Amino acid sequence: MEHKKINLTLKVWRQQDANAKGKFADYKVSVSPDSSFLEMLDDINNDLEKKGMEPITFESDCREGICGTCGLVINGQPHGPIPRIATCQLHMRNFKEGDTIYVEPFRAKAFPIIKDLMVDRSAMDRIMEAGGFISVNTLSVPDGNSIPIPKEVASEAMDAASCIGCGACVAACKNASAMLFVSAKVSQFALLPQGQPERYIRVDEMVKAMDQYGFGNCSNTYACEAECPKGVSIKNIARMNRDYFMAKIK
Amino acid sequence: MAKLDSKIPAGKLEEKWTNHKFNMKLVNPANKRKYDVIVVGTGLAGASAAASLGELGYNVKAFTFHDSARRAHSIAAQGGINAAKNYRNDGDSVYRLFYDTVKGGDFRAREANVYRLAEVSNNIIDQCVGQGVPFAREYGGLLDNRSFGGALVSRTFYAKGQTGQQLLLGAYTAMNRQIKLGKVKLYTRREMLDLVVVDGAAKGIIVRNMLTGEIEKYSAHAVVLATGGYANVYFLSTSAMNCNATAIWRAHKKGAPFANPCYTQIHPTCLPIHGEGQSKLTLMSESLRNDGRIWVSKLKKDMRKPNDIPEEERDYYLERKYPTYGNLSPRDISSRAAKEAIDDGRGAQGQDAVYLDFKDAINRLGKKVIEERYGNLFEIYETITGDNPYESPMKIYPAPHYTMGGLWVDYNLMSTVQGLFVAGEANFSDHGANRLGASALMQGLADGYFIVPYTVGNYLAGDKPVMVKTDHPEFEKAKKNIEEMTAKLLSIKGNRTVDDIHKQLGRIMWNKVGMGRNEKGLKEAIEEIRKLREEFWKNVNVVGQSNDVNQCLERAGRLADYLELGELMALDALNRKESCGGHFREEYQTPEGEALRNDEEYAYVAAWEFAEAGKWNLNKEPLEFESVKLATRSYK
Ligand SMILES: Cc1cc2nc3c(=O)[nH]c(=O)nc-3n(C[C@H](O)[C@H](O)[C@H](O)COP(=O)(O)OP(=O)(O)OC[C@H]3O[C@@H](n4cnc5c(N)ncnc54)[C@H](O)[C@@H]3O)c2cc1C
Ligand code: SF4
Ligand code: FES
Repeated sequence: MEHKKINLTLKVWRQQDANAKGKFADYKVSVSPDSSFLEMLDDINNDLEKKGMEPITFESDCREGICGTCGLVINGQPHGPIPRIATCQLHMRNFKEGDTIYVEPFRAKAFPIIKDLMVDRSAMDRIMEAGGFISVNTLSVPDGNSIPIPKEVASEAMDAASCIGCGACVAACKNASAMLFVSAKVSQFALLPQGQPERYIRVDEMVKAMDQYGFGNCSNTYACEAECPKGVSIKNIARMNRDYFMAKIK
Repeated sequence: MAKLDSKIPAGKLEEKWTNHKFNMKLVNPANKRKYDVIVVGTGLAGASAAASLGELGYNVKAFTFHDSARRAHSIAAQGGINAAKNYRNDGDSVYRLFYDTVKGGDFRAREANVYRLAEVSNNIIDQCVGQGVPFAREYGGLLDNRSFGGALVSRTFYAKGQTGQQLLLGAYTAMNRQIKLGKVKLYTRREMLDLVVVDGAAKGIIVRNMLTGEIEKYSAHAVVLATGGYANVYFLSTSAMNCNATAIWRAHKKGAPFANPCYTQIHPTCLPIHGEGQSKLTLMSESLRNDGRIWVSKLKKDMRKPNDIPEEERDYYLERKYPTYGNLSPRDISSRAAKEAIDDGRGAQGQDAVYLDFKDAINRLGKKVIEERYGNLFEIYETITGDNPYESPMKIYPAPHYTMGGLWVDYNLMSTVQGLFVAGEANFSDHGANRLGASALMQGLADGYFIVPYTVGNYLAGDKPVMVKTDHPEFEKAKKNIEEMTAKLLSIKGNRTVDDIHKQLGRIMWNKVGMGRNEKGLKEAIEEIRKLREEFWKNVNVVGQSNDVNQCLERAGRLADYLELGELMALDALNRKESCGGHFREEYQTPEGEALRNDEEYAYVAAWEFAEAGKWNLNKEPLEFESVKLATRSYK
């Protein structure tokens, strides 16, 4: 069922490339409240293309809040005003007639802008490559049921593992720290018996990479947790700090 | 014409794979590092293949158009992954999983491939647990299972509603480990635009660097394509926005036959369309059908709120028509039944939707249990629609979801183009005319971890292919063609946007090559698609430059391929004068409206060879069933 459309003014960050100076461009839109935020941008882009003008570059893929590709700062908040969702899950029914909305890319030293709203978050993969894995070869594993794992432990590991790698925690942090993201992976494996053999090497390697790739330090402001679309808990940061300390005294 | 030799090993079904592995040629460990293998796609199939090939010692070059391997479409799979572990002691076995899959595919898959899939399914679970995938557990600490459509046993392993995410992250971490060890080199933001074939063998690929626009050349001894499915030909589907057929389509145009393109799966439980601006469709996991009951009103044009419709005026049509499987009937059957109810004017509040109701389950099990099982799915539903499914039933509607068709491969997952391997949703191999729930993840990982690494090795050791340098004329020619195509797209400067044309193609496909197909409609579809293709090349407006980030250009290139593939899908559907699985020809049905197969004439794989746009030659691979008796597929 189509609802009555709402009229909005969008101020969207446009920047030709990494070195160019960017600025906000204004777009007036009339949009159905059932439409998603990104569908509204699709609409603007379709209009721009019709006029032979370059569309706004922004990224998205699954549009279901799971791939972590989308990520915009909307009115100053990574992933917008509604807690616990990714940008692609934001629907226009959360805005009202006449609103002005600011749309910007995730900003952090480790995330250089590529074009308009598109940024380079590959530094997060570099941290994962440094140690975010359990070293097992294909077929060199025991039966799946050979190690019972208490339900609560499995489910705590699952909560940590639900991170979608979007980088909102970094964008939300005044120090651009990747602690929440890194601690989520460290915790998932630290909780599980399979992760024990490499537990301390892993945290050490990942923290090293985190520093190397330009992420800042954690000063416990918890802005990351508040903006995380998956509700990844800062308990994970505490767990990682403990493990890191152990790694250093070992 | 390409010769289709399925290379199914001789011997008993249960022994084929073991014997075949034993008979394979092995590459001397010291020589492995002398071989380069390209893997395109880093979803479940590609990442697992890249990781395993790297572990074995080959030099792997992995490509993805995503900015990170973790973003592949596989990440979005919700429900689960099948395996024949029989941990529930409910009568499951490798043979039963094999049988269910062959039957679920409406007897249009290759027996030997499916058996192997069932056989290695158990290894997948072990592998993933070893990697730290947090599968759901029972209170005793052992792995939990649930049921999925098309099966009477509980064999689906899951990680909350995020199974695909966890499995992909498992494969991603395995690949990352090989990246760190230097065995896999990952190229992100690269879109494969052509396959380079020299003397009938795959020698490399041409990609566009999506940041700089540069057209790059990469060579190898063998190429693995794991680039996913083509459901986005419908414009609206449950696939991620950027899923596309370009890699397999360009390989098809370089000689790889395309098999069973018309076999597409329309998933019964998706969210209904909200309006013209809709960009994609959202799947509600099929696992919901474990506890949710599907119904419509018995009355036509019933505009009452669902909770105001009394029990006796509700038609639980799946339970009524298929009492044995009920709400767990396979996808093709459930989708068609929904379409029938809606065509009959009984859609939910006059919309294109049916109800999926949890009231009875909540009464029986309590809200807490339902929340534990489906909490995140309910949340997703509420975020998107604004309605609370704990209080009133969900509204759902079928949507294009998965493509069983794909590049033709033999038992080794190799195309007729030598050294071109195809894995995961991109190939046609295991699901016949319909895929059962939780079997795509299984197939992707089976191909990637346990099959391709062996069969690629066998090819390298047996055929001893040589690597061609990227200054070879075939590389130059392919690169030049792509540059010309890009220039052409950018020069048209017509009046229609890429999405506008794509939406029109989608409507043709949905209406005429969708859930119900008939001769007249298919012939019209072919004509309309041809005209649209012509219009595209005359009147599309692709803005921006070639040497820059250009998402409009990316979409245009993908659409150019869909405009050819769409026609082939219609042609294949026209050729197949029977109904089977996801392919329902209205002319061929039983008096009760069930699919009517024609085993005499159509028990074959239709593998189409590309001649020119709009012209294909049909090759047939007869399907022989030795272990399974061809039977009418009944879920009653
Ligand atoms: C919403 C949803 C839910 C699902 N749930 C389930 C489920 O519960 N259980 C189940 O078994 N199945 C499920 N499926 C199906 C399953 O997820 C897919 O079939 C499967 O993940 C496909 O994996 P893949 O590795 O073959 O391809 P994909 O995951 O699609 O990966 C394709 C890869 O190829 C790359 N690529 C593609 N083209 C190019 C190119 N030209 N150049 C460079 N790179 C390229 C992409 O970047 C990506 O890395 C679901 C599907 C959807 C849509
Ligand atoms: S921890 Fe949360 S905010 Fe950070 S990357 Fe993961 S999902 Fe995104
Ligand atoms: S597009 Fe995938 S999380 Fe938003």
